[in-house]
Amino acid sequence: MNILMLGWELPPYNSGGLGVACYHMSKALAQQGATIDFVLPYTAQHPGVDFMTVHNATGLRPEDRVHMGSYDSKYMESLETLDGVDVEDAGDLTTMRAVQKHYTKFVEGLAPQIQPDVIHAHDWLTMEAGVRAKELTGAPLVVHVHATEFDRSGEQYGNPVVHEIEQEALQMADRIIAVSNITKNIIVERYGIPADMVEVVHNAIDIDSFKGYEYDQRDYRYLEDLKHEGYTVVATLTRFTVQKGLTHFMRAAARACEKYDRLVFLFAGDGEQRDELIAQAADLGIADKVYFTGFVRGKQWRDVYSVADVFVMSSVSEPFGLTALEAAHHGCALLISKQSGVGEVLKSILRFDFWDTERLANQLVGIALSPALESSLKDGVKEEYAHLSWRDVATKCIDLYGRVKSGVFA
Amino acid sequence: MSRGISLYLHVHQPYRVKPYSVFDIGEQHEYFDLRDDSKLNNEKIFHKVADKSYRPMTAMLQKLLDTHPDFHFSLSITGDFIDQAEQFAPDVLDSFKKLVASGRVEIVAETFYHSMAFFYSLTEFEAQVEMHRKKIHDVFGVTPTAFRNTELAYNDELAKWADAAGYKTVLAEGWDSVLEWRSPNHVYRPVGTENIRLLLKNYHLSDDIAFRFSNQAWNEWPLTSGKYVDWINTSLGDAPLMNLFMDFETFGEHQWADTGIFTFFEQFVGEWLQQDGAKFYTVTDAAQSAEPAGELSMPTTVTWADSERDLSAWFGNSMQNEAAKHLYAMEEDIVRSGDEKLISDWRNLQSSDHLYYMATKWLTDGDVHAYFSPYDSPYDAFLYYMNAIRDVRWRIMKLHHLGHDYESAVADGQKVHEE
Repeated sequence: MNILMLGWELPPYNSGGLGVACYHMSKALAQQGATIDFVLPYTAQHPGVDFMTVHNATGLRPEDRVHMGSYDSKYMESLETLDGVDVEDAGDLTTMRAVQKHYTKFVEGLAPQIQPDVIHAHDWLTMEAGVRAKELTGAPLVVHVHATEFDRSGEQYGNPVVHEIEQEALQMADRIIAVSNITKNIIVERYGIPADMVEVVHNAIDIDSFKGYEYDQRDYRYLEDLKHEGYTVVATLTRFTVQKGLTHFMRAAARACEKYDRLVFLFAGDGEQRDELIAQAADLGIADKVYFTGFVRGKQWRDVYSVADVFVMSSVSEPFGLTALEAAHHGCALLISKQSGVGEVLKSILRFDFWDTERLANQLVGIALSPALESSLKDGVKEEYAHLSWRDVATKCIDLYGRVKSGVFA
Repeated sequence: MSRGISLYLHVHQPYRVKPYSVFDIGEQHEYFDLRDDSKLNNEKIFHKVADKSYRPMTAMLQKLLDTHPDFHFSLSITGDFIDQAEQFAPDVLDSFKKLVASGRVEIVAETFYHSMAFFYSLTEFEAQVEMHRKKIHDVFGVTPTAFRNTELAYNDELAKWADAAGYKTVLAEGWDSVLEWRSPNHVYRPVGTENIRLLLKNYHLSDDIAFRFSNQAWNEWPLTSGKYVDWINTSLGDAPLMNLFMDFETFGEHQWADTGIFTFFEQFVGEWLQQDGAKFYTVTDAAQSAEPAGELSMPTTVTWADSERDLSAWFGNSMQNEAAKHLYAMEEDIVRSGDEKLISDWRNLQSSDHLYYMATKWLTDGDVHAYFSPYDSPYDAFLYYMNAIRDVRWRIMKLHHLGHDYESAVADGQKVHEE
């Protein structure tokens, strides 16, 4: 099975869960015997990626891609500005549209040489290239939706140009994979795709990648001290964008503090809403209880999970939400919005509508007051998350490739 | 030789706790009064179950009593049910009264509040049994002579208590690991008792109706009355007694009318009675219909729930044990308050259903729990319940002018009393 895999990022140059998911999925597919050609829009070394052939569509360095990540759809210019412009004239790769054009052109050259059995494209930035590769090779196109423009834009409409790209590719795809039922519903209801075209394959977690990590209580020493005094540490780790519902979470935090004083909140991450959130904490009078870490990776990133008692995912629209599984692995109790797909695969969690700050506040206080509830949630979810393996994800993909190749759906 | 069926149906509706939030504590003290469209609106649920089960099944039972002079059966009706019936649907209670007035329907004694008080406080347990006795006498004009504990939770100590309290009969689950080679189709004498007799549920044949009747994946589906009568005869052999114990709501609520459950039941009663020497007994008559086949001991508590048949559905995780600990830690302060509303709220919080909703036994019995739970998750059930417990505690503090030392002591599950 030769797979032409079209992605936008791989660790360590990932801006979020997309790169992590692509990495583990490809690795698990390779372990099951698949040959993978993986196309990236930039040039870099990826340690540990020896199980597939990585192609670099441009000479861009990872650090040059400011506002060109898969989550930066609002920086996407109109299609018209570059339509008809020859790629060589597309300039110096300083705009996302230009990079995307180069990427597509590169794939147009590569695909006929490889003659893949199946083309597997991840999210909107690679979808055009996927459609072109299908046209040139006749191989079936599988579009894997990790997030739609509706998810990225939170409670707003999003970028119409991106919607258009998604719409066209979803219609051209031979099969669509959605990372949750929530995402499948969006694809069906908002893009008008027939439900039987879309299969749900939930993401998983690779426990091995956490081996060798030991929590030394040093990065967040102050929070550890507060814990010894009986405080409950509530954390979130995410991009600070409207998609994540953090202003709602902040209001719930303030409401909870009205009833119970010994709560602290760790907001780990960075993003366009950072200043707004800092100001909001102050306006609500809980500035002393909210800790902003800035962007974290490596040990500081894992230590967020380790110091936290409770992990909150407050997303307005979260196709999956890998961080919840990572938090579960590190022993957190999980509070997950009903709009987050990861909630479909976990039972030992508390859920709330992202806008329901009263309910979330009530849950926060309830956990802080009850060690039995906290430990029940922690112990329960530990039993559950470990059953979600990338090997199973790969098995489902290979089964789907087989069916799509034989034209069962045609 | 005569042989008989003792059919016993359990009637109960709990007062479900609404999504009582931490912000309600100390502000408002109504825990059971949700009026919205959710599964926690007690009145709405009562009406729904009344339409699906109580009304059609009481009508059916009345018809069977009128048609067959030899038809007898038994009911256990909780105080929670009677209170709600009086409040929401008095006609339902009238139907039950008419059944009992036939003189061929026995009412079984139990705790008023469907509680697990026996395992926490004998004083409270006895108070609730007495309340139930009084209520049954007031409503139905009868005094029970048989006893069942909530969820058929039974052990040797319970039998001794019921014997000393003067009951003639006590009911329990006929669970294999206790019976070993013995059959549930005999009368037994509980170990260490003088007069009382023990009846054991035949769970195979009871569950054929209660759990399997509508299951189309079951290789015996569809169950016909003829086949069922044959099974009972086969199971009995030379034994005298078939104890069919189940929820009343099996008829119409757990098994919907369109499964054919009512027609099946009507035909079954008629076909059974057509046979020579085949009878229906009330539980007390059943226990006197044959001499005890032997002595039986159940040192460990056995219930009629889940595949484990133990107390783990109510006390299987730390949340359930915490909740029960905090609940009963307040007993003496609640009772001596003399505040009727406070006492009744506290007792309504004792219904075993609240603990059942907090069960996390997902793997084997998870589906059953999910079906019987009106909450999003066991964790939500625990949250709302604990908030209600905290409010009850707050009310005690206000009444007795107690301070925060009291709160923290009670929070640790200690009993604390003002001098």
